[in-house]
Amino acid sequence: MPIREDVLVVGGGMAGATAALSAARTGASVRLVSYRKPTFRQASGLVDLLGYVPERTDGDTSGDVEGGTDGSGSDTGGRSSGPVANPYDALSVLPDDHPYSVVGDDAVREAFDLFDEVAGDLYVGSHTDANALLPTHGGTVKPTARYPVSAAAGVASDDRSMLLVGFEGLTDFDAPLAAQHLRAAGVPFDVEGVQVRFPIRFRADAKVTRYARALDRDEEAARRRLVSRLEDHVESSGAERVGFPALLGDEQPATVREDLADRLGVDVFEVPMGPPSLPGMRLEDRLYAALDEAGVRMTTGNPVVDYEGEETDEDAGSVRINAVLVDHKNNRVPYHAEQFVLATGGLVGKGITSSRERVMEPVFDCYVPHSEDRYDWSRADAFGDHPFARFGVVPDGELRPTTADGEAQFENLRAAGGVLGGADFAAEKSGSGVSLATGHVAGRTAGESV
Amino acid sequence: MTTAPTVLVLGGGSTGCGVARDLAMRGFDVTLVEKGNLTHGTTGRMHGLLHSGGRYAVSDKASARECIQENRVLRRIASHCVELTGGLFVQKAEDDDAYFEEKLQGCRDCGIPAEVLSGREAREMEPYLAKDVKRAIRVPDGAVDPFRLCVANAASAEEHGARVETHSEVTDVLVEDGEVVGVEVEHKSGSGPRVHGKPGETEELYADHVVNATGAWAGQVGDLAGVDVEVRPSKGVMVVMNSRQVDTVVNRCRPKGDADIIVPHETACILGTTDEEVEDPEDYPEEGWEVDLMIDTLSELVPMLKDARTIRSFWGVRPLYEPPGTGTTDPTDITRDFFLLDHGERDDLPGMTSIVGGKFTTYRLMAEKISDHVCELFGVDADCRTADEPLPGSEDAAVLDDYMDAFGLRSPIGRRSSQRLGSKAESVLGDWQGPNPVVCNCEAVTRAEFADALSDSGTDLNAARLRTRASMGNCQGAFCCSRMAAELYPNYDEPVVREAYDELYAERWKGERHALWGEQLSQAMLKYALHATTMNADGDPARLDDPVDYAAFDAGPDAVDVDAGEGGDTGRTDATADGGRPIRDEAGEEVDDADS
Ligand SMILES: Cc1cc2nc3c(=O)[nH]c(=O)nc-3n(C[C@H](O)[C@H](O)[C@H](O)COP(=O)(O)OP(=O)(O)OC[C@H]3O[C@@H](n4cnc5c(N)ncnc54)[C@H](O)[C@@H]3O)c2cc1C
Ligand SMILES: Cc1cc2nc3c(=O)[nH]c(=O)nc-3n(C[C@H](O)[C@H](O)[C@H](O)COP(=O)(O)OP(=O)(O)OC[C@H]3O[C@@H](n4cnc5c(N)ncnc54)[C@H](O)[C@@H]3O)c2cc1C
Repeated sequence: MPIREDVLVVGGGMAGATAALSAARTGASVRLVSYRKPTFRQASGLVDLLGYVPERTDGDTSGDVEGGTDGSGSDTGGRSSGPVANPYDALSVLPDDHPYSVVGDDAVREAFDLFDEVAGDLYVGSHTDANALLPTHGGTVKPTARYPVSAAAGVASDDRSMLLVGFEGLTDFDAPLAAQHLRAAGVPFDVEGVQVRFPIRFRADAKVTRYARALDRDEEAARRRLVSRLEDHVESSGAERVGFPALLGDEQPATVREDLADRLGVDVFEVPMGPPSLPGMRLEDRLYAALDEAGVRMTTGNPVVDYEGEETDEDAGSVRINAVLVDHKNNRVPYHAEQFVLATGGLVGKGITSSRERVMEPVFDCYVPHSEDRYDWSRADAFGDHPFARFGVVPDGELRPTTADGEAQFENLRAAGGVLGGADFAAEKSGSGVSLATGHVAGRTAGESV
Repeated sequence: MTTAPTVLVLGGGSTGCGVARDLAMRGFDVTLVEKGNLTHGTTGRMHGLLHSGGRYAVSDKASARECIQENRVLRRIASHCVELTGGLFVQKAEDDDAYFEEKLQGCRDCGIPAEVLSGREAREMEPYLAKDVKRAIRVPDGAVDPFRLCVANAASAEEHGARVETHSEVTDVLVEDGEVVGVEVEHKSGSGPRVHGKPGETEELYADHVVNATGAWAGQVGDLAGVDVEVRPSKGVMVVMNSRQVDTVVNRCRPKGDADIIVPHETACILGTTDEEVEDPEDYPEEGWEVDLMIDTLSELVPMLKDARTIRSFWGVRPLYEPPGTGTTDPTDITRDFFLLDHGERDDLPGMTSIVGGKFTTYRLMAEKISDHVCELFGVDADCRTADEPLPGSEDAAVLDDYMDAFGLRSPIGRRSSQRLGSKAESVLGDWQGPNPVVCNCEAVTRAEFADALSDSGTDLNAARLRTRASMGNCQGAFCCSRMAAELYPNYDEPVVREAYDELYAERWKGERHALWGEQLSQAMLKYALHATTMNADGDPARLDDPVDYAAFDAGPDAVDVDAGEGGDTGRTDATADGGRPIRDEAGEEVDDADS
């Protein structure tokens, strides 16, 4: 029996998952096809909306934004002024080609409402429009809109004193260094850091998942022994909250956290880390459970490599996609649908690829604007305004990828998330937010068009 | 002789370090000054070919003979810096037969062991060679790690009493009564290894003799002394590929030309190169077409290079010299020979000698010649011993294999780490207390090895990087830049660590930019995301000028509850209750009743 759905979503990251959910809520039947693991395990688990409005050097400069800094933030390497306190207010100063501008403020709010509903007690932040500043494993703070409940006690605008704990063999987080850095960042609380030995001896460079599992299962009474190593430090620093690198449990994070908090007698939180990111993976699990519940069918592990389409109106040159072709061991299997959503990610997810000559979108060969000279793809300054960070397809008002002439390339294809151009999520701190907002709109309109 | 004569060596490249070692071993009181870290100049930006002499066997037989001689010496005294890969001169169907014969004959004339392989035999050795390879000549080329070799020379010089000052730039040559008597140097952060953020100081150093071994910069130093040193800097590009597509040095067997050599190094391969004269050894264009030329031309020899992943590119400048009046126009025709300029004889300015030209492979011989000259000037009767005494770290090559699983290190990490460390492996890894996690995964560099490198390089992470190769692998520092910086703590304070990280990150980016497409562009985006998104290194309030108003941000749901319950002054902000600070808040008033 041929595979046929109302809506088919390509890509299972934040954008694809959101699109599939929103499409399913219109009553459409939905399938999600995803190739490799999406970027959840690489991302911190923080769900950013908009943390900075970086200045563009291509003349398309955005408006002036007053953020949470005092003064205008003039000389910051040409990058941006300080972090934005209220992201919703800052949306209006983004350039017209930014994905947020394309979908509009209301869509952003709806998408975050959807996120809050799905994430439930796993995330915090819906009580306010304001950004929160969360400590990073690099030792500073970063603005974000939603944060894992496991990280909540770490918010930097809370003035309770803090103790950070690092583990000697874990090179990605040096707690005393991070504490000194946080003080340099001007946080409004006392902060100390201490490196201790994890109570269980692993091989020298065990992954965070190994630590997490040991805490989950409380191997060799790890939790109690960890606490006994920390009690004196908590006591002497007078800390009212204690932060650990994000490894407090893989399967039982709430239990691990509560147990440590009970024994220490203070709040306990996680500092988000790089890959493999446990908070990111917990979010992935939660979203996939929601997809399951919504009846979304999943096909993972095989890439979409091509499509079958037909011209519907020769004069207008309008093309309709009938099916995408999924590579199963070199066998191309057609997956039919009425509507399609492209959510294959950006350069990291391989939704956008490049060669020495050009930048492309490999599945539908959508138009991706870029300079002919590859030296113009980046700036000499390491954190400059890199055009490559904004590479992606150009959407019309309905998020349909357009040709170089600005016409929708296909009647029934919409794009969402990292595959869209126009946003530098790393500089803006807008990654998940863009995926949520555009995923929601693309999925909903796809579902409604069936 | 009551006290030893003092000699100042300018330049910490292979030549300067070699001279410092030789003179120190012969009993001179030596001080070496270098404006960057060791290998800051051309030595840190070269191909790393340990010449067999094959490349010069037709055009420059004298150089070829020196090369094979020094090739043998280095294999003996620096086994831990050299990999005996062997080399091939490969002839393709369209390449000239006569030149092939000439090359073969030239090798034999110069005493370079040379063996002819059929196309099939060559492909058996190197399976990725093009199908139409006709024949090849096999020679004893090798790969050499310039940084370790330089450091080993400097370490040996120090063992013999020399003082080595890096990050110390010569800003003037002191001349008194028509004679060079010393130099003025500017220490970037005081004497000793560099520390970020520490203010500098100048020092006048006096000596009985000055050796100018500043390579492509020798002309600039000559200017400071008021003499002409006619160096003709010539740039060349090198392109680093992600894996060892070849295990042997592969040369194209045809008369000199661009893009004709591939050198395997550790887990990578380096393509090269070009030869083009430049004005300023530190400021010249680095162009994309040069990178393209390497890939396009060399994929004729090894077709898989076309689609392989390029990690980064870098450029170096040859310190070519030609005696005044020679008038060669094409830099490829300038001799690769080296010259010793006695400024007393030549310019009537005694007290200084310059050494220019030459190549890395023959650095020891160049050092020997100039040391002989200095000995003669001072009437010192001491033999050169540098060809016989092994360099520190290479005394016992066999010991390396024993470290495979020693010290709790897993192979291949243990193997690679102990290979890099040579005979120092025992003391560096064996004496290490505490956990020894991997700092750089791509290059398998552990904390102990990195700490050893840092003990000599201050806060200069680039120097430690070159020494250990940390951050030089596929991820280009995406995962390890911040870890490397963190290893400076607690020996240095956080602001110093931050500055060191920023500098390392910027330096890595410079090389990466030239190879920014395909897999490498995706990798660059990942790196950017890790550092900007996850860590927020680009928007860090500690790095911004203006303080952040923490009270304008969300202080957590409980803070709102408490404040909503009126008067409950917990010391937390209530600014969040109304959604934080409005973005276009002209007056800035409604936010600031919060304390903290
Ligand atoms: C290192 C890193 C840190 C980050 N940190 C944060 C953060 O702190 N906060 C935040 O808000 N955001 C963060 N992000 C951004 C966020 O994680 C997402 O990358 C972003 O939201 C884009 O999501 P996406 O769903 O569009 O793409 P991706 O997550 O990249 O997912 C794309 C999916 O599509 C699949 N795919 C690609 N091509 C095909 C094909 N041909 N056929 C089938 N499937 C295909 C891929 O395999 C992948 O599963 C971070 C990203 C990275 C890389
Ligand atoms: C592209 C290229 C590829 C090459 N490949 C090979 C190869 O494969 N094999 C080989 O044998 N040779 C090779 N060479 C040649 C070789 O690299 C050089 O001949 C050799 O490294 C020169 O060493 P040096 O010490 O003379 O000069 P440098 O290494 O340049 O040393 C001079 C030093 O002086 C310092 N200096 C300059 N001004 C001052 C100042 N005012 N005060 C203090 N210090 C100062 C500089 O910072 C520098 O570190 C290559 C060269 C190039 C350009």
